[in-house]
Amino acid sequence: MSKMDLTRRGVMKTGAVAGAGLAVPTIFTAGSASAFVNEPTGGSVTLGFNVPQSGPYADEGADELRAYELAVEHLNGGGDGGMMSTFSSKTLDGTGIMGKKVEYVTGDTQTKSDAARASAKSMIEKDGAIMITGGSSSGVAVAVQALCQEAGVIFMAGLTHSNDTTGKDKKANGFRHFFNSYMSGAALAPVLANAYGTDRKAYHLTADYNWGYTTEEAITSATEAMGWETVETVKTPLAATDFSAYITPVLQSDADVLVLNHYGGNMVNSLTNAVQFGLRERIVNGKQFEIVVPLYSRLMARGAGENVKGIYGSTNWHWSLPDEGSKAFVKSFGTKYGFPPSQAAHTCYVQTMLYADAVQRAGSFNPCAVVEALEGFEFDGLGNGPTLYRAGDHQCFKDVLVVRGKENPTSEFDLLEIVEITPAGQVTYPVDHPQFAGGALGNCNPGA
Amino acid sequence: MFGLNKKDSVLFVLVLFLTMCAPFLLNPFPQGSELAQFNAGYPDLMQRFVIFGIFAIGFNILFGLTGYLSFGHAAFLGVGSYAGVWMMKLLTMNVIPAIMISVIVAGLFSVLVGYVSLRRSGIYFSILTLAFAQMSFSLAYSVLTPITNGETGLQLNLDDPRILGVSEVNGSIPPPNLFGLSLRDSAEMTFGNWVFTFNTGYYMCAVLMLIAFYISIRIFRSPFGMMLRAVKSNQQRLNYTGLNTKPYTLAAFVISGMYAGLAGGLMVAMDPLAGAERMQWTASGEVVLMTILGGAGTLIGPVLGASFIKYCENIFSKINDNILHQWFAFMPDGIEDVIVFLVHPFVGKGWHLTLGLMFMLVVIFLPGGLVEGGQRIGRLFRRRKPDAASDASQTKPAE
Amino acid sequence: MDALLLQVLNGIDKGSAYALIALGLTLIFGTLGVVNFAHGALFMIGAFCAVTMQRILTLSYEVVDPTRTDFLGQPLKVAVPYVEKFLGESAGAAIIDWAVPISILLAVPFMIFIGFAMERGLIKHFYKRPHADQILVTFGLAIVLQEVVKYFYGANPIPTPAPDAFAGSFDFGAMLGMEAGNIIYPYWRMVYFFFALAIIGAVFGFLQFTTFGMVVRAGMADRETVGLLGIDIDRRFTIMFAIAAVVAGVAGVMYAPINSPNYHMGMDFLVLSFVVVVVGGMGSLPGAVAAGFLLGILESFASMAAVVEFLPGINQIIIYLVAIIILLTRPRGLMGRKGVMED
Repeated sequence: MSKMDLTRRGVMKTGAVAGAGLAVPTIFTAGSASAFVNEPTGGSVTLGFNVPQSGPYADEGADELRAYELAVEHLNGGGDGGMMSTFSSKTLDGTGIMGKKVEYVTGDTQTKSDAARASAKSMIEKDGAIMITGGSSSGVAVAVQALCQEAGVIFMAGLTHSNDTTGKDKKANGFRHFFNSYMSGAALAPVLANAYGTDRKAYHLTADYNWGYTTEEAITSATEAMGWETVETVKTPLAATDFSAYITPVLQSDADVLVLNHYGGNMVNSLTNAVQFGLRERIVNGKQFEIVVPLYSRLMARGAGENVKGIYGSTNWHWSLPDEGSKAFVKSFGTKYGFPPSQAAHTCYVQTMLYADAVQRAGSFNPCAVVEALEGFEFDGLGNGPTLYRAGDHQCFKDVLVVRGKENPTSEFDLLEIVEITPAGQVTYPVDHPQFAGGALGNCNPGA
Repeated sequence: MFGLNKKDSVLFVLVLFLTMCAPFLLNPFPQGSELAQFNAGYPDLMQRFVIFGIFAIGFNILFGLTGYLSFGHAAFLGVGSYAGVWMMKLLTMNVIPAIMISVIVAGLFSVLVGYVSLRRSGIYFSILTLAFAQMSFSLAYSVLTPITNGETGLQLNLDDPRILGVSEVNGSIPPPNLFGLSLRDSAEMTFGNWVFTFNTGYYMCAVLMLIAFYISIRIFRSPFGMMLRAVKSNQQRLNYTGLNTKPYTLAAFVISGMYAGLAGGLMVAMDPLAGAERMQWTASGEVVLMTILGGAGTLIGPVLGASFIKYCENIFSKINDNILHQWFAFMPDGIEDVIVFLVHPFVGKGWHLTLGLMFMLVVIFLPGGLVEGGQRIGRLFRRRKPDAASDASQTKPAE
Repeated sequence: MDALLLQVLNGIDKGSAYALIALGLTLIFGTLGVVNFAHGALFMIGAFCAVTMQRILTLSYEVVDPTRTDFLGQPLKVAVPYVEKFLGESAGAAIIDWAVPISILLAVPFMIFIGFAMERGLIKHFYKRPHADQILVTFGLAIVLQEVVKYFYGANPIPTPAPDAFAGSFDFGAMLGMEAGNIIYPYWRMVYFFFALAIIGAVFGFLQFTTFGMVVRAGMADRETVGLLGIDIDRRFTIMFAIAAVVAGVAGVMYAPINSPNYHMGMDFLVLSFVVVVVGGMGSLPGAVAAGFLLGILESFASMAAVVEFLPGINQIIIYLVAIIILLTRPRGLMGRKGVMED
C-alpha cells in the first residue's frame, strides 16, 4: 500500500474521465413522449409473469405459469374461453386487451427478493412489460410490489398470504386476489371450535419469518376469541428440515392441539415429523390430540402423503368447488394439461383476467386508470362467489374455504375435501384493523 | 498512464472502453429480432454487471493474492446494503452518504470477522468466515427483523423521516439521486431498429467500478501486493523470517470487505431494498464461483466471471418454450418440436443446468478460467502471425 | 429431565445423519484432499433411489372404474400396480410397503457406479489442481445432478413412508420405567440410529482391520512413498471414493422416510456437512463422527424453548457458533491432523 502515489495530476485526469462519463447521458434528452411507462404502441401488449422456477416452490411456479399461458390463450380468443364466459363483467371478447394481442415474458423469482426484483426489472426495462404478476411467497410479493410502485407498472400479486402484502406494505399499484392470514384465522376458528370444542390448549410452531408471524398472530387471536388457550408459541428456523427438536416439547406440555404455521417444505416436514412422533394417537386431558395447518396447498399436501388425512386447514380455492366459474376453469385447465389446477394457478389466472378486464373497462393501459377501475370493483363468476376489490387496501374480499385432508382420496389430486365455505362477510375486517396497521397505499404511479 | 505500466494501462483503457460503451456492446441485436432475447443492454443488468464486478474484484484482492478463501463475503455486502438503506430512510435519498456508510460499516464488520477468522488458515479459515456469514444471515432473517425487516427485506416507506430530504413526493417515495440527478433517468438513442439505453445509475456504478479496478491494479503492483503474494506462496517461510503477516492479510481482508460494502451500497442505490438472502452462503459461494470462473488472481477475470454468471441468470432464465418455438418456427414441424424438446431443459427453468455445465466445461478445458480462454484466443492469433511471416519468407525465394 | 433426555434422543438421530454424511465427505475431503461440493448431491441421489424404487414397485396399469368419476367428470381410472397383479394383492402391497429398505439393493450398486464414474471421469484429473478448481467443478456437477433430478421428479417433496411395521412410535420413557406418554420416539428414527452405527462401524472396521484399509491409511499419510513401493494407490483411492458415495447414498435412502426428499435437500446438508467435517478436524474419521453427533445434540438442546427464551435466535446459529468456538480453541478442530488443508 506504501506506493500508491496518486499524484495531483493523476487525480485530476481520473476526475476528468469520470466527469466525462457522467456527462454522457445529458447529451441526449431523457424521457419520452408517452404518458406512462411502457405504453403499448404496436398491435400487442406484453405482460410479465414472474414465478419461481427454481428452488423449493418451482412446481407451484410451474403451475402458475400454466395458468398464465391458459389465460393468455383465452384472452386472445383461443381455447374454450374458460372463465371468460362465467365472469360477471362481459367486456372481454377474445380479441386480446383493447384489441391488442396479449404477449408475455416469463422470469424466475428463485423465491428470493433480490432475484425476483431483478427479473421484474428486466421485464419492465427490457421487454416493456406493462404489468407484472406472479410469485409464491409473501417476501417476494412485497418486494416486487414495491418495485412496481416505483417503476410505475401494475402488480397483480400471485400466491401471497401474509397480512403485510395488503397491510403495512400495501402499495397503490399492487393488488391481491389471494386471501390472507387474518382471513384464515377468521374462517378456521369457528370450524375448529365446532369440531374440537372451545376448551382447547393450542401449541404453535411458527416459521421464523414475516408470513409466519402474521399467521400466528391471526390464528392465536381468532382461536382465543373462541375460548382456546395458547399454551406456547415457538419459532422454528426457516432452514430447519428436521422438526423433531420442536415437536418433542409438545409432548411435555399439556397442549392438545398443535398448530403448524408453516408453508411449503417446512409444512411437509413438520407435519410428517409430528405424525411420526405419534401426536395423532395421543390423548391429552381426555381429549384426542389434533393438528391444524392454517394454510393448505394441495401441491404441498402431496409431499406429506398419508399424513394430511383428517387435518384441518384453509385454502383460497379448490378445484372441487361446484360453482360455474370453477367448473369452467377446471375443465379448460384439465383438458389442456391433464390434471386439475392448484389454488396458485387459480389466483394467477383470475388476476390476469381481472387486469385485462380493468384495462378494457378503463379504456386505457395507464396504471392510474387501471387502479381506478379495480378499486371497489365488484364481480362474480371467478370461482369464489361475489367478490369485492376493496379500494382502501387493494385486497379481495370473498369466500374462504375451510378444508380437511381426505380420508379416502380417489387420485393423487384428490387430497382435500371442503368442509365449509366461509362467507366473505365473516372474514371481512376494517382497513385499519390492528393486524394490518401501518403503511399507506400512497398514490398510483404511472412511471413517466 | 496514472502510474500504471504499459500493459496495465492497455488493460485499464480496455475496461474503460468496455464499461463506457456497454450500452452499445451489450445490445448488438436490433429490437424485435429473434436474437434480441440475448441483448443485455438494459439498465438493471448493466448495473448488476458492474456491481458484481466490484464485488468480485474486491474478493479477488483477498483470494487471488493471499489465497485465503473466504466463504462469507456476502455478509459484508449484506450489512453494507442494510446500512445504505437505513441511511436513505433516515437521512437523504442522495446516494453518496448511503454508499459511504455502506463501505464504512462493511469495513468495520470485516475488521471484526477478519481479526477472528485470520487466526486460522486454509479450510479452517474458510469455515470460520462461512460460520460468521451464516450467523448474520440467520439472525437477519429472524430475530433481527426490527432492523432488517426479515424475509421481506428492508425497504423504504412513505413515512420514513429522511431528515435532509423529503419523505414523499405526491404520494410516492422519491427516487434515489446523485445531487439531484435521478439515478433512474435514462436517455435512449434510436438508431434504425437498435435502441441503446444510457442510464445515469449505470454510469455512476461504472465510474466507481473503474476507480475500484484502478485501485485493485495499484494494489496488485504495489509492494503490499507482493507481500500478499508471498503469504500465498509460503506463509511459513515469511513467519520464520520474523515477519508478522497478519497485519497484511487483515488489511487485504478489510479492503475486500469494503469493496463488498461498496457493492452492497451501490445495489441499494440502484434499487433501495436489502434482502437477507444477500448474506446466505449461496451468495458467498457465488462470488467465489465468479472469481474462479473468470480466473482467480488475474485483474480482469473476476469481472468477466461476474458478468458471465449474471448474464446466465438473467437472460437464460427468461427463455421459455414459447420463445423457442418462435426461434425454430422456420423448421418443419416435426424437427421443430424435436429441437425445442432438446433445448428446453437448458433454458427457462433449467437455466441452472446450463450454468452448472458451463462451470464444469470452463474448469475442465480452461484451467485458468475465462481469462485463459481469452489468452488462448489471443495466442492463436499471435501464433498465426509468425506462421504467416514464415510462409512469406518461404515463398519469397521461390519467386 | 424428560425434556433433556428427549433432546438427546433427537440429537442422536440428527447427529446420525450428520455423522454419516460427514463420514463420506471426510473420506474424500479430509483424506483424498478433494473439496467435494457434490457430496450433498450424492446424499440426495441416495434418497431419490428410494423414490425411484417406490416408482418401480408401483408401476401400474389403469383400470376404469365406472362407478366413480375424476375431476373432469369422466369415469375414474384407478391405477393398479403390476406387483399386486403378479404376486397377489397382499404380497404386492407388502412389497410396496417395504420399498424404502428394498431400495438399498438398488442404491448400493448405483452409488458404486456413480462413485466410480465420478472419480475416474472427473475427480481423478483434479487431485493436483488447486482447491478452487475442485470447488468449481464439483459445484457445477452438483448443480447438474440436482437439475437432472428436478427434471424427472419435479421440485416438490415426494412422500416415501417407512414400512408400516416401523411407521409408529414407541414409549421410550415407559421402557425405562418413567411416566408413560412423556418420551415418545418414532421407530424409524431408532432404526436410523442403529443403521448409522452399523455403517460407521463397518467403515472403521474396513479401514482398520483389512490390508486394503491399511494401504489406504498409509496412502493418506504419505501418498508418494506408498506409490514408490509399487502399490497402485490410485485404484485404491477410486474404491475409497466409491465407498464414500455408497455411504452418502444409503444415508440418503434411509433418511427418505424421516423427511420427504426433494431435489434441493443435498444443498441443505452440504454446508452443514462441511462444518461438521472441519469441526471434527481434517483427515480424522472419528473426529467427523464425533462432531456430527455433538452438533446434532447441541442443535437439539438449543431449540428448547427455555434456551431460546434466554438467548433469542440461538437455535438458528448454534451450529455455527459452536464451530467458531471450537476452531478458535482447538486450531485443528476436535481431532484434526497437522498439515491437512491448512494452506
